[in-house]
Amino acid sequence: MTEKVKVRIDGEVIAATAGQTILEVARASNTYIPALCYMEGLSAVGACRLCMVEISGVGRLQPACTTPVQEGLAVVTSSPQLQAYRKIALELLFAERNHICAVCVSSGHCELQTLAQDHGVKYVRYPYSFPRLPIDVSHPRYVLDHNRCILCSRCVRACAEIEGAHVWDVAGRGTQSMLVSEMKRPWGEATSCTSCGKCVQACPTGAMAEKGWGVEEMTKHRTTVSRLTSMREGS
Amino acid sequence: MTRITIDHVTRIEGHGRITIQLDDMGKVCDARFHVTQIRGFEKFTEGRPYYEMPSITSRICGICPVSHLLASVKACDEIMAVRVPSAAAKLRELLHCAQIVQSHALSFFHLSAPDLLLGMDADPARRNIAGLLEEHPDALRDGIALRKFGQQTIERLARERVHPSWTVPGGVNAPLDPQAREKTLAELPAAAAVVQRTLAMWKKTVDGFPNEIDAFSNFPTMYLGLVGPDGALRLYDGNLRFVGSDGAIVADQIRPQDYASYIGEASLPDSYLKAPYYRPAGYPDGIYRVGPLARLNVADRCGTPDADAELAEFRERYGRIVQSGFHYHYARLIEATYALERMQQLLDDPAILDTKVRAHAGVNSSEGIGVIEAPRGTLIHHYRVDDNGAITWANLIVATGHNNLAIGRGVLQVAQRFVDGNKIQEGALNRVSALVRAYDPCLSCSTHALGLVPLVLELRGPDGQVLDELATP
Repeated sequence: MTEKVKVRIDGEVIAATAGQTILEVARASNTYIPALCYMEGLSAVGACRLCMVEISGVGRLQPACTTPVQEGLAVVTSSPQLQAYRKIALELLFAERNHICAVCVSSGHCELQTLAQDHGVKYVRYPYSFPRLPIDVSHPRYVLDHNRCILCSRCVRACAEIEGAHVWDVAGRGTQSMLVSEMKRPWGEATSCTSCGKCVQACPTGAMAEKGWGVEEMTKHRTTVSRLTSMREGS
Repeated sequence: MTRITIDHVTRIEGHGRITIQLDDMGKVCDARFHVTQIRGFEKFTEGRPYYEMPSITSRICGICPVSHLLASVKACDEIMAVRVPSAAAKLRELLHCAQIVQSHALSFFHLSAPDLLLGMDADPARRNIAGLLEEHPDALRDGIALRKFGQQTIERLARERVHPSWTVPGGVNAPLDPQAREKTLAELPAAAAVVQRTLAMWKKTVDGFPNEIDAFSNFPTMYLGLVGPDGALRLYDGNLRFVGSDGAIVADQIRPQDYASYIGEASLPDSYLKAPYYRPAGYPDGIYRVGPLARLNVADRCGTPDADAELAEFRERYGRIVQSGFHYHYARLIEATYALERMQQLLDDPAILDTKVRAHAGVNSSEGIGVIEAPRGTLIHHYRVDDNGAITWANLIVATGHNNLAIGRGVLQVAQRFVDGNKIQEGALNRVSALVRAYDPCLSCSTHALGLVPLVLELRGPDGQVLDELATP
């Protein structure tokens, strides 16, 4: 039998199940914690660092998406310090690649853009790196623009965990990290790709999009992945 | 030898500089127009999917983004090899007419009216829109109202006034809202009244500028514009026509796809703006002009009653082919009349409310060319794509580019007429700037460049030393 625990989230006592993460418990109780790499229905990787929370008695911030709850845990999900850190994380994402919302197919429907607006990112305090990055248009139906990729790896997990094709991976280290399809083949030549499009629906930005949509036109079905997972698990 | 520099030329779109070279006697011996910015849209769009080109290239300009959008979506239509649904073509033309109205209003009232209504020699501190407000408040209000009408129509159709995402390859992404149609139809008469009032005023005023009419690019060139199969004025779609300075048709019904056989582009040593020329005549003899005056010289008629009546009067006053660049202002008002009448025709057609407004397709052609008549003249977008739709090559020829040679020559003509190197007067230098303004150049567009507005005028002596400089604040 699953062990029931009681935790405090922003002062409120909440009943949870041991093994659940802080993010899952918070979202189940309608407490919003921002996150970009987390997607319901996929495994959590703790990559984007936007869901960092304060845990009493723990000296450093912890990612809510990968930290399991335990009896008596007390969590603060929003504070001036957390807001400041989240803003920095967002600005660094913008500085890392070439995010030009004005000409992006996902403008108006982009999770990165929405979070930036929510966190008052009006400008970026760090120098942009302006990397010269390719656009993979080789797939007949979809396009991958590395300029807009934040390396959240939601596409990697959606493809591997839901579709079972594992076309995508992240290759390279540090700032040289790049999303690659099938051992660095062009997407259109990836024989394991089933063209199901789950990666596109999982992508939080305009990095992956259906071909042919103009600026602001690429809306995504955000619930596709979690719905498929829940169907599979029969819940 | 002495050189005068006007740096920057004010009340134009983009950065430009004029240098005037004086000989030992203080007479103007040369004058040049330099565009001092570079942007590189043709290069940095390489590799991007073709369907992103409308939104990217519309960022070339905030004054006429609609023009770039439309030229770009037309080029993309060709890459997709689709026929745009008829209602979508009508809606695009409607949007374009609204854009012509707002842009012509901006050029005439906001940018040039300070010279035209307050006088070329008026105190530069007051020769601006604030001075206009004091002395000609009604004219200024008319100008603002007209531009507002154009901009609000664009917003009603496309949801955004600047850089809308409504026009897409294959058509537009939403049908016309019947309420937007009613509202625009209701506002049209007031806008038409503004243009009529302004035309009446201008017809009384224009002959008070005999020297400017005489010396503002008043020389023979060819003219280029789009015309319909019947030779009538076309703004959104048509074939290219070149006419000579004598009115004879030099080349007619050139399909936009064949533009490169007729238009060459020369690079100039002292400007980032290329100089297109009529290829069969070579460079620089193939000088031609585009824009409102050129279009009226090129077209047999406008095709709408009020505009045709105005055009007949214009031709009666100045001849079948009007050479003076000063008359770009007059031509702009006649075109605004046409654009408003055309809007009325388009909105009166119930088919404009049809909800089939977009054709979907992939890459069915490796090349696409889109040509429209932007407010400032013929605008050409030309793309090549690979099999997957990534841009491999792009070429944009923008209205101000076509006029580059004529503006350069016009600057010399007006400088020789008005500038006396022994006694430089601000009013004389302003006329040099005003010549540039008559063309309503968009330097941001023409170099696909970035930045603010200004121009510099430099006066240099025989040894090349700068003797005097007039820069705008």
